[in-house]
Amino acid sequence: MIDPLSLLLDVQNLSVSFRRYQRGLAQTNLNVISDLSLTARAGEILAVAGASGSGKSLLAHAILGLLPANAMLSGVMRYDGQPLNAVRQKQLCGSEIALIPQSVTYLDPLMRVGDQARGAEKSAERMERQREVFRRLELPLPSERLYPFQLSGGMARRVLFSTAIISDARLIIADEPTPGMHLSQAMEALSILRELADAGKAVILITHDVDLALNVADQIAVFYAGTTLEETPAADFAAGPDALRHPYSRALWRALPQNGFEPIPGFQPYPEALPDGCLFGPRCELKTAACEQETPPMRTVRGGKVRCVHAA
Amino acid sequence: MRLEAINLGFRYSAQSPDILKALSFQVKAGERVGVVAPSGYGKTTLVKLLAGYEAPTDGRVLLDGAPLPQKGASPVQLIGQHPEQAINPRWKMRQVLAEAGQLDTPLLSELGIEPAWLERFPRELSGGELQRFCVARALYAGARFVIADEMSTMLDAITQAQVWRCLLAESERRDLGLVAVTHNPALAERVCTRVVDLREINHVAG
Repeated sequence: MIDPLSLLLDVQNLSVSFRRYQRGLAQTNLNVISDLSLTARAGEILAVAGASGSGKSLLAHAILGLLPANAMLSGVMRYDGQPLNAVRQKQLCGSEIALIPQSVTYLDPLMRVGDQARGAEKSAERMERQREVFRRLELPLPSERLYPFQLSGGMARRVLFSTAIISDARLIIADEPTPGMHLSQAMEALSILRELADAGKAVILITHDVDLALNVADQIAVFYAGTTLEETPAADFAAGPDALRHPYSRALWRALPQNGFEPIPGFQPYPEALPDGCLFGPRCELKTAACEQETPPMRTVRGGKVRCVHAA
Repeated sequence: MRLEAINLGFRYSAQSPDILKALSFQVKAGERVGVVAPSGYGKTTLVKLLAGYEAPTDGRVLLDGAPLPQKGASPVQLIGQHPEQAINPRWKMRQVLAEAGQLDTPLLSELGIEPAWLERFPRELSGGELQRFCVARALYAGARFVIADEMSTMLDAITQAQVWRCLLAESERRDLGLVAVTHNPALAERVCTRVVDLREINHVAG
């Protein structure tokens, strides 16, 4: 059984909406994340996969308290057993919780990248750790003296990655850390995340490269239109469509270049035009009248969780 | 049709190191060439030179034996990794497509572009949706070669397969040449007729 003590981050029924002005003073609320639950455990990597624009990065920003002022949250977030509110987010971010942001524009353009990777703490030990990480990610030693504009996209990505893993954080949220990296470097980056998890940290790995993530992740959460459609042990995703529970997860699997490269038609619905009932309904081959009745609740099926009335 | 790089060299200034040196490369109409190498080896620099975004320090880029045209839309089109950086943020999508003469084409529905999206600004669309517009724009009537520089890295697998399938079908129909920069071996295997390792054709020291 899972040790309850290992539970580090617990997100229950999180909804995020943005307040927007329509015309004049009329306001509307745009629901970008709805009824989302997930947990991160010490010693585990949770991969968050799914559609582009499904709210994966917003989740990361919600955990860290980085959402803009017009965002409204409901639901419960707990970190290490205590509610994660704005005050605690301020205390914990950057020390207990580290983010590897999605865009390389988060690097300070006016600071040498070696200094950025080491952070504020100046010690010989930090320096050693930074050089070790740079070496493993195939960043040549002289590159620590360079500024971000002198690096290629993939190199900047690796510097960004090192900033978070050199810190002493217990929860690491990696938002698309591997695009632009060569395969061997991406694999090395992911194996570093695995080592950190094995050393007792919790890792949330947001990624499109599901096939790469499968090599290191314990659990996979599949996102679509602002919520999780399925949570599955990574082994089930590796095993293929028969082991998966949700039609969208199966479609995602089949669209991978190595698994047929067969896309389903259509696109993810917009926050302002969400369908009634199941969010995946309009693109689903299994759709029945029951799917339009209500949003299917999360149920446990074959050791995973799924939001689909058809799953068995 | 043939797009070729002859003895190409590139550096940012006389003192800075060579990024490309004595590089020769060729792609013919109907070919789909994958370009691979670790990051920092000059893949993006090469495709910028091929599409005429940068001028080479040494050597030449020739399209059927002649330099790339200096005016008008280029017959060599580049699709980048970040569509939001490649589209005028102040234009509605209709204007973006109109500039390329791509408003009335069956391609739009094949790419899954909804008519309603044409009235939106770029910031009102997701990366996957914007990239569909970038592909539609690159496939304008005068295009002969299309270069996809990590075009689908930021897209989920379903969107990636949708966009690539459409690009492949259209290049087949029009006998276009394709160059694909990618880090994904499975994708290269899927879409390319041959794969070139930049480390073998780029003769920089060290």
